[in-house]
Amino acid sequence: MCTLEKRGRLFILTLTGDGEHRLNPTLLNAIHSAITQIRSDPSSPHSILITTSHGKFFSNGYDLALAETNPSLRPVMDAKLRSLVADLISLPMPTIAAVTGHASAAGFLLAMSHDYVLMRRDRGFLYMSELDIELVIPAWFMAVIRMKIGSPAARRDVVLTAEKVTADRGVEMGIVDSSCGSAAETVEAAIKLGEELVRGGVDGHVYGGRRETLLREVLDTIGSDVSGSGGVRISGSKL
Amino acid sequence: MCTLEKRGNLFLLTLTGDNEHRFNPDTIATILSLLGQAKSQSQRGSVLITTGHGKFFSNGFDLAWAQSSGSLTGAAERLHQMVESFKPVVAALLDLPMPTIAALNGHAAAAGLMLALSHDYIFMRKDRGVLYMSEVDIGLSMPDYFAAMVRSKIGTSAARREVLLSGKKIRGEEAVALGIVDSAAHASAEGVVEATVGLAEKLAAKKWKGDVYASIRKSLYPELCGILGLEATIFATPKL
Repeated sequence: MCTLEKRGRLFILTLTGDGEHRLNPTLLNAIHSAITQIRSDPSSPHSILITTSHGKFFSNGYDLALAETNPSLRPVMDAKLRSLVADLISLPMPTIAAVTGHASAAGFLLAMSHDYVLMRRDRGFLYMSELDIELVIPAWFMAVIRMKIGSPAARRDVVLTAEKVTADRGVEMGIVDSSCGSAAETVEAAIKLGEELVRGGVDGHVYGGRRETLLREVLDTIGSDVSGSGGVRISGSKL
Repeated sequence: MCTLEKRGNLFLLTLTGDNEHRFNPDTIATILSLLGQAKSQSQRGSVLITTGHGKFFSNGFDLAWAQSSGSLTGAAERLHQMVESFKPVVAALLDLPMPTIAALNGHAAAAGLMLALSHDYIFMRKDRGVLYMSEVDIGLSMPDYFAAMVRSKIGTSAARREVLLSGKKIRGEEAVALGIVDSAAHASAEGVVEATVGLAEKLAAKKWKGDVYASIRKSLYPELCGILGLEATIFATPKL
């Protein structure tokens, strides 16, 4: 499902296997465990998280097939992803998404929930697919999109044309920080960026707190609709 | 004053006559009714293009009608009436279950610019026509939903300043550079309409479900939808 590796000060979270890394309850639980492990590591306030994946997909979004057969899992997946995004927003360290494959809908959202997005330019795209598959986009997704995509025209292109955004186009739109040659080069670039950030000597707790303040609107929207199972834990300092 | 034509997938809303296409209660009611018609006839693949004849897309509210009330308070009341009754036009466009494109044949000023901004895409002429928020020059203050529209559709503070505060007449090339319009590549009204038809056909080919399209569009503009009383998005059951 996913592995967590530590290389010096870099935590590398990898969605493993050659599948679509659909965000079903099992994978979301596995990622949550990994994040919990990261938080409990004493070196975490001086570390970096890099999230990446194997295979053709970063993540192809929620497990819609599962939701078809068991509709009660819809709010469960939604609640777990909200929780994960809130977790990433309060995480006491910089976060980097090394997007080495397609990222669609909730998978695109997951990538955007990182501070930096690096992406391979040779293949793969970011795709807010909902319009094409006749799904409404949740308000809290829109809050992330508003925060992370600055231009109204770019936001429109992403959600209202369901554009398949390549890395270079993503850089143009300000969604992707840099495009890299191949999957391996993307991960390499993420590691290099991570090491640079570590050298910068950031205090993770301060960093996480500031990020929460910056993304306050997103946290409010995530927390405000708790119609899913369980509440959503918004951790970290509230300012 | 205003016609609605259906050409295959396309709804063509035209502000007719070689005049300023000013909005007064009658023209507003007509536009609203035609948008209602388009909505009721919409199908997968429908697209709306709004354009005009002559030198103006629209020069805004009918201030002459306001002033002809005979008194200062009467004029203020009439203006207020127009401002309020135009809100449903903006709301109808935001709610329309199909992509919308404004093909600016000419000048779009004040409420005319608002009409343009209420569309998903704006194409302008390269050679003629300006965007102009005339209010600052004639001493009028700004309705809250006008400001919300500008905030929603225009991203940079420099662009917002140029549009709202500077009283500047913004031509096609600059409008593209400021991110206000999507294109100003054609040097004729026919060229602009043709280009919008090209875009419309691409969008129509996607055969999107209209109510999903409208829902996603509204969720892009929660502040504006709030002011207009439009439900921005479906909260209760997030669909997966």
